[in-house]
Amino acid sequence: MELHILLLFMILAAIIAIEIKDLLSSVIAIGSAGFALCLAFLILKAPDLAITQLVVEILCLIILIRATIRKDLPLIIEGRWFFNTISTLIFIAAFLLFAYYALKELPSFGHPMMSVVKKYLEEGTSKTGAVNLVTSVILDFRAYDTLAEATVLFTAVIGIMAVLRRKGRKEISEKDEY
Amino acid sequence: MTLYILCFILFCVGLYGVLRKRNLVKIIIGLGIIEYSMNLFFVLLGYRLQGRAPIDAQHQDILNMVDPLPQAVVLTSIVIGLGITALVISIAIRIYEKYGTFDITKIRRLKG
Repeated sequence: MELHILLLFMILAAIIAIEIKDLLSSVIAIGSAGFALCLAFLILKAPDLAITQLVVEILCLIILIRATIRKDLPLIIEGRWFFNTISTLIFIAAFLLFAYYALKELPSFGHPMMSVVKKYLEEGTSKTGAVNLVTSVILDFRAYDTLAEATVLFTAVIGIMAVLRRKGRKEISEKDEY
Repeated sequence: MTLYILCFILFCVGLYGVLRKRNLVKIIIGLGIIEYSMNLFFVLLGYRLQGRAPIDAQHQDILNMVDPLPQAVVLTSIVIGLGITALVISIAIRIYEKYGTFDITKIRRLKG
């Protein structure tokens, strides 16, 4: 029941974030949706995820506010209304069609398929020595996944530094010649 | 089952924001909403009724644990989502510095 309320709150916050005119208000609405997601993880018995989501949400809010603060807001008039709406509706309808087919194959809520995890649950603590089974999965059974995650994160940092870099010495001297 | 459908509705709201809005910040926010709904969907798939968190404790009454595998995968996904958001926002800031607007239809100098 709590989950239903939280999900409805998240949908409301998402609609407000998409539709409101002021960009700062929209960023704050998306932040509230993120904190509701954090609570939902806590109810779904995933404390590690709740902690990570909390930290990541705060960082995301800081980054988003940095992007939107003190920027003027030109009035955006929606052009090509008909074409845009039709294409959006086609995409959403395609998604809902595939979701309908997938929904019949999914296990019902509260009864997951534990075929892979059964072994991890039985042998996780004795094999890896980690009391927290999520830790034993990410750092031992699927450690390559975590390695790739770190690679992706540092690649993103390199990308940000390359994009946000100020102009180098060479470019300024070239500009002086013209 | 209702929870899955609510999760899909959340995904559709994000998809609408990505496809329909013309402000770059709104598109990034739509991406964030899609990411939230996917993470929540994975964790919902691994939830077991009357389960407990996948942590071994000394004196435990409930024996059923929830599925730790989706939680581990989503932990990776959340951190990568932060990287994606930061990269996209930095590109948006650069575009704003160059063109003075977030409107994607005003950014025309990329066209040939």
